[in-house]
Amino acid sequence: MASDATAEQDRARRFRDAALPYLDDAYALARYLMRNSADAEDAVQECYLRALRHFDSYRGPAMKPWLLAILKNVCYAEFGRRGKQETPADLTDSDPVAEDPIWQEPQSTPEAVVLRKQDDATVRRLVEALPGPFREALVLREINDLSYQEIAEVAGVPVGTVMSRLARARAMLRAAWNAADGTAQAPARSAAQSAPSAAAATGSVS
Amino acid sequence: MSVTTDCADYEMLLHALADGELDAGHVRDVETHVAGCTACAERLKAIQTLRSAMADANLREPAPAHLRGRIEALFPAATEAPRAASIPQEGPVRRWWRSFIGGFSVGAALSAAATAMLVIGLFTTSQDQQIADEVVSAHIRSLQAGHLMDVQTSDQHTVKPWFNGKVDVAPPVIDLTAQGFTLLGGRLDYIDGEPVASVIYQRRKHVINLFVAQRLGTARTTVLTKTIQGYNVRHWTEQGLDFWAVSDLAGDELDEFVQKISAALRPPAAS
Repeated sequence: MASDATAEQDRARRFRDAALPYLDDAYALARYLMRNSADAEDAVQECYLRALRHFDSYRGPAMKPWLLAILKNVCYAEFGRRGKQETPADLTDSDPVAEDPIWQEPQSTPEAVVLRKQDDATVRRLVEALPGPFREALVLREINDLSYQEIAEVAGVPVGTVMSRLARARAMLRAAWNAADGTAQAPARSAAQSAPSAAAATGSVS
Repeated sequence: MSVTTDCADYEMLLHALADGELDAGHVRDVETHVAGCTACAERLKAIQTLRSAMADANLREPAPAHLRGRIEALFPAATEAPRAASIPQEGPVRRWWRSFIGGFSVGAALSAAATAMLVIGLFTTSQDQQIADEVVSAHIRSLQAGHLMDVQTSDQHTVKPWFNGKVDVAPPVIDLTAQGFTLLGGRLDYIDGEPVASVIYQRRKHVINLFVAQRLGTARTTVLTKTIQGYNVRHWTEQGLDFWAVSDLAGDELDEFVQKISAALRPPAAS
């Protein structure tokens, strides 16, 4: 019995040392997926609980994408649980809008290269307003600093899909960025319906 | 419109280039296309502008302290257990170390490194401390515009001969592109008053300087782990050469890098 307790302590300690350094990363992702701090905190706590429970199945080497994959599932499960109130209907990659070839957008003017100055709060709001899968890919790349392969693992999609989501996310963000005047509300489209997809809310740990 | 089709093919690759996700062959291919295509050059510029604007904005608030408290409370056993059980180096040095860089990153760096290699860790000679400071300064200097590379190529067979006659060792130049660490080139640097070869790698946007010299710090068969001014430092000795790796890359990824370099040096194929 005593040795069981010791083993359990040792396991908890190993998990803590491995996972706690990514708390800020987890919170940042949760903050953008849930779009408010209270829900983000709950999601992060649930994520660490689940991760500890599944720590035995963790084979490494990268703790961060493993942890964030669990977090993503927690967030999506939460939206699934809330059901209709949140209208988690989402732009998916098969959505015709998402298929718009980015290269046809009127980008090839000098003005398109320049970005208007925006304050941090505005930029955060613009990122939050991106539709779910695109927001997720962009945040994982630019804020969590994951590689394409790691984003693919977290999102559960092929690397090619990650690339197209990122390209699309950046095109949308750029458009919203230049359209925002720094005080306007919800400038990007689909803000109201861009919660993470309930369809993906399997809640399972990969 | 063959031109348009062409550019459509390059759209994703422009992003991958800006994200540092392309291997050397694709980098050349995309750069050649961009050099001859104004529209794609502007698209690339637009991606880079957006990326740097996002990097400049503060888009990330740290986890609130009360959340950290809640998470820590999930592992009472871990918190109460004597840390010395898992980290034998607990002592005055370690306490100083913790207060210096603060909190949990030490534990993370240690546990990650420990899975890869046995870590001697924190207790270092003052000579090693001084060299560690110097390699970090050299690393920071190298990041200033135009200072990173003297020879810029992803071809290991160009980098290696370049060092001939400049330093008194033939530094191993290992191409780890396939394993996620892109070889960027080489540079001559001065550490501890001696010329030192630096082989430069990149993972995503993180630059890694790998300093190689015949004698640079205390020889050690296990990896020395340090964090200075937020930069991770690893030092070890292999094949009679002293290696110092410095990067802002996360500790576990730098450990992975050290492991890959180390593994490449050991088999008969070692250069």
